[in-house]
Amino acid sequence: MALINQHEILETIRMIDRENLDVRTITMGISLMDCAAADMNALCGRIYDKICTRAKDLVKTGEEIEEEFGIPIVNKRISVTPVAIVAGGTGARDYTPIARALDRAAKEVGVNFIGGFSALVHKGFTESDRALFDSVPAALAETDLVCSSVNVGSTKAGINMDAVLQAGQIIKEAAERTAGSDGIGAAKFVAFCNAVEDNPFMAGAFHGTGEPEVVVNVGVSGPGVVKSALEEVRGEPFDVVAETIKRTAFRITRVGQLVAREASARLGVPFGIVDLSLAPTPAVGDSVAYILTEMGLDMAGAPGTTAALALLNDAVKKGGVMASSHVGGLSGAFIPVSEDAGMIEAATAGALSLEKLEAMTCVCSVGLDMIALPGDTSAETLAAILADEAAIGMINNKTTAVRLIPAPGKKVGDVVEFGGLLGRAPVIAVNSWGCAAFARRGGRVPAPIHSLRN
Amino acid sequence: MMKRAIVTVVGDDKVGIIAAVSAKLSQFGINILDITQTIMKGDVFVMLALVDITHTEKPFHDIKEELSALGESMRLSIRIQREEIFNSMYKV
Repeated sequence: MALINQHEILETIRMIDRENLDVRTITMGISLMDCAAADMNALCGRIYDKICTRAKDLVKTGEEIEEEFGIPIVNKRISVTPVAIVAGGTGARDYTPIARALDRAAKEVGVNFIGGFSALVHKGFTESDRALFDSVPAALAETDLVCSSVNVGSTKAGINMDAVLQAGQIIKEAAERTAGSDGIGAAKFVAFCNAVEDNPFMAGAFHGTGEPEVVVNVGVSGPGVVKSALEEVRGEPFDVVAETIKRTAFRITRVGQLVAREASARLGVPFGIVDLSLAPTPAVGDSVAYILTEMGLDMAGAPGTTAALALLNDAVKKGGVMASSHVGGLSGAFIPVSEDAGMIEAATAGALSLEKLEAMTCVCSVGLDMIALPGDTSAETLAAILADEAAIGMINNKTTAVRLIPAPGKKVGDVVEFGGLLGRAPVIAVNSWGCAAFARRGGRVPAPIHSLRN
Repeated sequence: MMKRAIVTVVGDDKVGIIAAVSAKLSQFGINILDITQTIMKGDVFVMLALVDITHTEKPFHDIKEELSALGESMRLSIRIQREEIFNSMYKV
């Protein structure tokens, strides 16, 4: 047998060069449990030191793997134990010093984001959770690389509606504090239902309490490769479409698995999971929306979009799961509006409404992501949108989230520019009927009957 | 364990491509294990070489840079990648 398979080699190179095949992120999860201290300065010092020690070779190792294997690894990132869990002992009311310590450590080791300024409050708040919630808007405004997330609901616990309202207020305030850059602060904040502990993607990554001391998780990508593969089967029935996506997802995931294994061995850190996600970028040819249009829709958002996305999401998992020894994280197709050329086009053309996006989140990971809303959208309305999204997650046993940007001073039809991977987004309309009394009611939405599975 | 890589050369066909590439590889102490070359679509030169990089003392980064520079001087694209990337995508 020939040692060289010309077809396979050239196909791989084509995927990388022309179809934007890449590994989206290597994310190192670091536990901060042993950093706990009664003094805020001591806590911040320990956190900074631990991150700088554990992650000192992360970026260099990522770049070496990139170079040797010839596969781009777009992001190197860090996730840490939710800060609210670690910081309670200080008794402080303001956690922004911790955010600044995380920011300094991230800059020192050269990663492009650090996640974990987080609190898990699906059933209720600890004192520390309250301090963290109160600190989020300032933390996001005063740091560059820190991402924040909160978990406000779960299938097991129901939805904490007090947390939902406060999350709405955080989104509003984070956007207002960064009004000069179109509210980009809100782009670094995610509110989840059923958050996962091993997600490598930002802004929602944190290092869960069930995770080891340090771990390497990898997020794959490759919507451009799937789109190209589907171009070869135009007009064929959906059975063929699904098979083609599965085959392609297998290949994409194998690359992620290879990179994860290499990174784990070189860093001497256990491999956690590969996240089977199709994560788009604003680059042409790296869009999830264009996969949907390739299936026969004129525009993402047209009738049929939810079905197309459901098929895509399922086929990606079926193809990917065989390719990796451990699959986890969010695993599914992402539909961030501002980060996907086809979604931007659809939203600009008026083909994609907030309501259609909500329907799409029922069948994919993760939720209403990177959507620019009018600047006068109230905190209560944002909270009610989050409540709807959390309800979808709670009832359907899946992760859902919102990352919304009420762009200060912007109206429907204006365009918000975030730059880089965060892209640009047209401001889309929000249903203008009131929901403030609903959002302010507070308390807990009980867990659904199917949470009782024992 | 043997460390292997794939060298890919793509560009307009001309005299001396294989000679230049293999001379460079031999300078680095890199052994060619297998080689295949063809002309695609009439005039595009494609050469693939499986090479053993176990015993070269040159850092991978430098090998990559020098091959790329050689490619530029001959108006070709020359790249080197570890073999595992290709194997992983097509084998379970």
